[in-house]
Amino acid sequence: MNETELFDLELKLLLEAVYQRYHYDFRDYALASLRRRMRHAMARFDCPTMGALQHRLLHEPDTFAQAMQYFTVQVSEMFRDPPYFRVLREHAVPVLRTYPSIKLWIAGCSTGEEVWSLAILLHEEGLLDRAIIYATDINPEALQAAESGAFALDRLAQFSRNYLAAGGTGSLSDYYSSGYGSVVFDRRLKRNIVFADHSLATDTVFSEVHLVSCRNVLIYFQRPLQDRAIGLFHEALVHRGFLGLGSKESLQFGAHADLFEACAREQRLYRKLA
Amino acid sequence: MSAASQRSRFDLVVVGASAGGVSALQALLSSLPSALALPVLVVLHLPRDRPSRIADLLDAGCPLPVREAEDKQPLQPGTVTFAPPDYHLLVEDRATLALSVDPPVLFSRPAIDPLFESAADVFGDGVLAILLTGASTDGSDGVAAVRHAGGEAWIQCPEEAYSSMMPASALAHAGADAVLPLTSICTRMKGLTR
Repeated sequence: MNETELFDLELKLLLEAVYQRYHYDFRDYALASLRRRMRHAMARFDCPTMGALQHRLLHEPDTFAQAMQYFTVQVSEMFRDPPYFRVLREHAVPVLRTYPSIKLWIAGCSTGEEVWSLAILLHEEGLLDRAIIYATDINPEALQAAESGAFALDRLAQFSRNYLAAGGTGSLSDYYSSGYGSVVFDRRLKRNIVFADHSLATDTVFSEVHLVSCRNVLIYFQRPLQDRAIGLFHEALVHRGFLGLGSKESLQFGAHADLFEACAREQRLYRKLA
Repeated sequence: MSAASQRSRFDLVVVGASAGGVSALQALLSSLPSALALPVLVVLHLPRDRPSRIADLLDAGCPLPVREAEDKQPLQPGTVTFAPPDYHLLVEDRATLALSVDPPVLFSRPAIDPLFESAADVFGDGVLAILLTGASTDGSDGVAAVRHAGGEAWIQCPEEAYSSMMPASALAHAGADAVLPLTSICTRMKGLTR
């Protein structure tokens, strides 16, 4: 057995250990980026081997909590990929408008950038008051950050550019107040947001929804887990409901390709077929 | 040691380039043999906030199809696949590519190190890594990983590179199996078979 095969074996054992100890299931996560992030975790926690890291994670829940950031990735920005939000306005909003009340699910919301973006979009379209947004993630610290609506001030220039490119009708600064190097978004935007712990790997559908947005989450899954997640979305969506994916994610390599049709192929907005 | 037998042992070619990389890649890709049955994966440092036309641009001059990667796409022999802007390109397993939005490496996403390292993880000594011009130190760890796993690294001569920093950094950090002017790298590519 060569070095890489041994590394992969130890990684597999560590993921199994984490699952049995903490019930977080990373066993079907894509390996390539996980290998890299576990090497970073070994360096960060001063563990010369994966076995040493496993020992610490099993015996020190605090270390495991800190290590969550190495299992899940928290890189996003508000209105990331502005054309995606433009097609939401153009294609999804007119349909959502026809419902007396609407439910939207942001699966894998991480630190909330997309949640607040969508809330602002719905507000500008006059739909926020009759909407419920479910914002779910497996990482409790990320969920807490998402709920706080606070972001570092130096990220706002990028967010504002994205907001305008995404078809924002006002100014992003209408929605936040700033101080001490950070900004906090208007609490009124989150009146209808439910932040909740939910795992695409182990949990089931919790509500019927009109739109699912799950962007740059599935790229961290191996194909069977991708299929599981898409299956959940299909089950949760109403007839002709919308599914939005990341700009380089595609349904075409998965098991459920036939259950959706492209609504805006380039921007990865799909609709449920049957 | 015959050069031909050396070259035919590869399973995968990975290429990294940064500043000055477009014209270097143009030359490199146009020299690929049309019968090449290896997958070729490329990271070129790109502006992250706009779509890239690089694959379309280079498709015209390359005997092999040139595409931009999608997540979990099959690894296709005889195809050149570019990392898309704002995503890292990775080798997931012997049959599949993956993308990630892990943090930028040395301010770059896509970055060369994650591609080279993941290629070395999966294909071990079957990797041929080519590092071209660039004003960055990205690629140095990747070249080290490829060579550590028994693969080969060909590095463009820093003296003739449009920007010498990236090849020079990799050479100092990890060494190389060959340090060559671009024209010689192209000649060797013409002789690649599988």
